[in-house]
Amino acid sequence: MKTFAGSILFLDRSDINTDEIIPAKYLTEITKDALKPYLLEDLRLGSFDPAKDIEGKSVVVSRANFGCGSSREHAPWALEVNGINLVIAESFARIFRQNMYNCGMMAVELPAGGIDLLFKKFAGTGARLETDLKNSKFILTSETEKEETAFSISGFDRDLIEAGGWLGFAESRY
Amino acid sequence: MAKTIVEKIFDAHRVEELSGGIHVLRLDAVFAHEVTTSVAVNELAALGKDKVFDASKIKAVIDHVTPAKDSKTAQQGKILRDWAKRNSINDFFDIGRNGVCHALFPEKGFVRPGYTIIMGDSHTCTHGAFGAFAAGVGTTDLEVGILKGVCAFRTPETIRFNITGALREGVFAKDVILSIIGKIGVNGATNKIMEFTGPLIDSLSMESRMTLCNMAIEAGGTSGICYPDMTTVDYLWPFIKDTYSSKEEALADYTKWISDHDAHYDDVVDIDVSSLEPVTTFGYKPDNIKTVREMDGTHIDQIYIGSCTNGRIEDLRIAAGILKGKKIAGNVRGIVSPATPDIFKRALSEGLIDIFMDSGFVVTNPTCGACLGMSNGVLAEGEAAASTTNRNFNGRMGKGGMVHLMSPATAAATALAGSITNSSLFKG
Repeated sequence: MKTFAGSILFLDRSDINTDEIIPAKYLTEITKDALKPYLLEDLRLGSFDPAKDIEGKSVVVSRANFGCGSSREHAPWALEVNGINLVIAESFARIFRQNMYNCGMMAVELPAGGIDLLFKKFAGTGARLETDLKNSKFILTSETEKEETAFSISGFDRDLIEAGGWLGFAESRY
Repeated sequence: MAKTIVEKIFDAHRVEELSGGIHVLRLDAVFAHEVTTSVAVNELAALGKDKVFDASKIKAVIDHVTPAKDSKTAQQGKILRDWAKRNSINDFFDIGRNGVCHALFPEKGFVRPGYTIIMGDSHTCTHGAFGAFAAGVGTTDLEVGILKGVCAFRTPETIRFNITGALREGVFAKDVILSIIGKIGVNGATNKIMEFTGPLIDSLSMESRMTLCNMAIEAGGTSGICYPDMTTVDYLWPFIKDTYSSKEEALADYTKWISDHDAHYDDVVDIDVSSLEPVTTFGYKPDNIKTVREMDGTHIDQIYIGSCTNGRIEDLRIAAGILKGKKIAGNVRGIVSPATPDIFKRALSEGLIDIFMDSGFVVTNPTCGACLGMSNGVLAEGEAAASTTNRNFNGRMGKGGMVHLMSPATAAATALAGSITNSSLFKG
């Protein structure tokens, strides 16, 4: 099972799409590792600089409809090879969300108010996040703040995380 | 219990229902192209699982970059080609027979009412035009589809779009779907089926229904879907004439899929298109919609007519009708890409290719290339395209480029004017 903890990359915009996460021109790569330098290359968002701001991050927190657009699993892979296995957002595009769990990664929805709170309290603070999967809660800590946030995931999604993804689950069942 | 068309298709294909409303469905077809499938092929081979659940149900094409533009794309094509050969996938379409997947596979008769179809491509929703449940998936879903012939989906919730009124001259299915996306937003149908019904849909060709369903994903929809009717039967007849004794018998069989009149919908949206004008996009999201009138005069560098949205024969006829005997403006480059070899040949025999070339367009072979900035028409930084494609994300057709989505009629008129303009067909 993958780990779901570490420093947080805050991306404060809705509708961050797959072409921003990994542009189509890199879909000619046939290994996941080759995608590593290109994560979020086309995202224009305030002072965000992918060359500086991704290094050392393990969790993404964003707004609504994260991962909309293409079916490319290269989007989760580009996150995965950069050490990011967890995205928390107000909502996700269907295919992106399924691709995350299919890879044994997590895409967790929180209500808009909950996401707002995380941005207000922790964005720009160098905060860390731990995942208590057993009790379905995230623990966020910065130098001055601590916050526990409950989340819910379905039994199926939990099975996929534990099986390391859909291929492992399907192999054992069909 | 009354059911929607997609609920009926789920019932007929359910392998099991898992907790949390997850339905594992048996698949009638798995479609594959070189960009997303080559990774799946390599992964499966590395796991010692280089096999397929049923070679006759897998259809594969090299379409995204073809002919290969460099060593990497050549390698992707080779992986798919070798895999198809090893696994006896007979419906494999290579150079000379290949075209844009969502135009090619329907044309070959691979899509039927009531089918379940997945592909590692988000515009797989196109095939809902035939009354099939067709959804784009990622590489892992594709791997499991290839190996086991199953895929998991949530309980389908459906938004029904009841579309009435007649389209004015110069207004097309592309304008209808762009205006719907503009109305409900890029997140408006996430995790939902978009069921297109009503008198307008009944009057549309299969090509126009495919244009409509193609862009369901741009509103977040799992699939678009139309009811099968005599238009569907007519399109499919060459492929089903040995199965049914008459078209009426085929229609009677397909009608079983149509939603019950008292089926439950998550939402019902009534749309009257009588006053709809030609529309286009202005930003980096497909729901950034304005009328062409409002965008009149917007600078354009390149015109692109093609893709799984609008690269079919009907589209080329409309565009050529506007371009005939005229020259495109000196400040624009025109590119037309017939979506399949068959469409290309028909366009040749109908004289459409002559019209495009005489007006100053270049004609490319069938490929997805330019639509996603991979080949055959990539934009330079700061350039803008008038494009009949489906997606205008930042960088989509080239880093730093802007894409204005529109109908083939508006694109052709824009080519002549050199900036965004209403087509001569539109008298509004």
